[in-house]
Amino acid sequence: MTPAEEVVRAEQLTKVFRTPGPRRAGRPPGAGRPDGPSSDGLVAVDHLDLQVRRGEIFGLLGPNGAGKSTTIGILTTRVLPTSGRALVAGVDVVRSPARVKRHIGVVSQTNTLDRSLSVSDNLYYHGRYFGLGRREAARRAEELLERFRLADRANAPVLSLSGGMAQRLMVARAVLHEPEVLFLDEPTAGLDPQSRLALWDLVRDLHARGQTVLLTTHYMEEADQLCERLAIIDHGRILAQDTPAALKRTLGDRSEIRLALAGDAQQAASLVKGVLASGDAEVVALDGTVRCFVRDAGSVLPTVVAEASRAGTVTNVTVEEPTLESVFIRLTGRDLRE
Amino acid sequence: MTRTFLALLARDLRVLRSTFPVFVIRVVMQPLLLVFVFTYVFPKIGQAIGGSGSTTSFSTVLIAGVVALSIIFQGIQGVALNLVQEFGYTKEIEDRVLAPLPIWAVAAEKVVAAALQGLVAAAVVFPVAAFVPATPVHLSVDWPVLVTLAPLAALCAGALGLAIGTLIPPQQVALIFAIIVLPLTFLGAIYYPWQALHPIAWLQYLVLVNPLVYMSEGFRAALTAGVPHMALLWVYLAVVGFGALLWAIGLWGFRRRVLS
Repeated sequence: MTPAEEVVRAEQLTKVFRTPGPRRAGRPPGAGRPDGPSSDGLVAVDHLDLQVRRGEIFGLLGPNGAGKSTTIGILTTRVLPTSGRALVAGVDVVRSPARVKRHIGVVSQTNTLDRSLSVSDNLYYHGRYFGLGRREAARRAEELLERFRLADRANAPVLSLSGGMAQRLMVARAVLHEPEVLFLDEPTAGLDPQSRLALWDLVRDLHARGQTVLLTTHYMEEADQLCERLAIIDHGRILAQDTPAALKRTLGDRSEIRLALAGDAQQAASLVKGVLASGDAEVVALDGTVRCFVRDAGSVLPTVVAEASRAGTVTNVTVEEPTLESVFIRLTGRDLRE
Repeated sequence: MTRTFLALLARDLRVLRSTFPVFVIRVVMQPLLLVFVFTYVFPKIGQAIGGSGSTTSFSTVLIAGVVALSIIFQGIQGVALNLVQEFGYTKEIEDRVLAPLPIWAVAAEKVVAAALQGLVAAAVVFPVAAFVPATPVHLSVDWPVLVTLAPLAALCAGALGLAIGTLIPPQQVALIFAIIVLPLTFLGAIYYPWQALHPIAWLQYLVLVNPLVYMSEGFRAALTAGVPHMALLWVYLAVVGFGALLWAIGLWGFRRRVLS
């Protein structure tokens, strides 16, 4: 990759929060790595390397508290990294935050619309903040309202918008100044299914127009459907990075047998592990379920069920093609929903 | 950067315009009530106020204090209360923090917006003072002092608002009134010249930590003749000094709130 194609670059990015902030999960410092930071605090982002190419939709997939939002926070100049370096559009986020802000559009998790202004004024004044003249700001505001299907609400107060409409307006605002990269932090969290699909369409449309997008999500469907490349992130570290298809291929031709169990899942898992002789079978106990990643699921299924039944009553069995969630579980032994 | 700064200011003025009736009530009510009660009601009902042996009318003494108070109040209402809300609940401030200019400039814009409101509020006091009091108000305007002191005082008030707004957690908004607004106003040399506190020496020196004292005294020098006031050198030094200190505290608090 030549540097010109690269819009976002993070090198060994690390953030240690001195005191655990609200809504932030993390883990004790330096856990499991000798070169980890030794100061007190929570490691939210841990020596993270990342490159986002021009024009792609790149996703950070991980559970809540994995460090996704902190990473976005650093790249959008609102969080100061403890160490490491990050460049957006070739500009260092710590050295020149004001210049970086010119090149980025940000949709954060909370509704940050200006409640004192109308829907169209939210866009108009945003354009003015980014140096557009009156006429140009008004023209773009009007055009975006049309494109984002908000034109009939132009003069409404933003508080009257539904969740889906407010989110669309936040995205419209974030792209009004034609940023090099659009950051979407959990863009569809809390949206109803219909609004989620509508937002996916909008993001695809922006992508078709050449917009580079970096989004975070803990919905694997969203990552699968929307992203060209993905980084699976947990405990502030990237565990795997590739296209969704390639990530799923890491499971080979294995599928996932999922057993729900009234009984000791841990014990059931080790019993099942004992009978699955095949070398590449993997078994994980998770939230009272047993997940087996095996080849030829059909033929081993009876054995798996029979063995698991010795640890408790099997209440449900499903066999699925590998999903990104299977990939995540195999990498972390945990669930995305945690 | 200048364009962005002006655009932020234009946004604040736009909001002010759309809530103009509320703004008018906010800036008129306080001076109106103060002047009405102290300079109309009290003289009419024969309430003695303003100290003994005073040669000038109480109305004249009061007017400078009311100007200073109006400016300070806009700093608190225009910045502090908004910021407490935006940091605590609405998170709207994020939108402006992401505007392409340094964080100090975003904070400075808030201070300037409050200062402009403060100047409007100060101007409103004059028509109120001209029509309401029962006893005449004798103004003798020292223009150079007035046009230099008023903007400085207004910026100082904005910086005070910034400091309060970034330091007080939203759950404790009521504290702003109990521990800041009330002591500030009752001990701000509004109702009496600072010199008149002489009989209570400890209080006379204690109130020197209150920036409003210097503003009231300064406006006394700018607006009235024959009322004792503090030397102007101290007034200017204190208003600028308090302004700089509060700006430093406010900026520190602002950065702490928007960066982690």
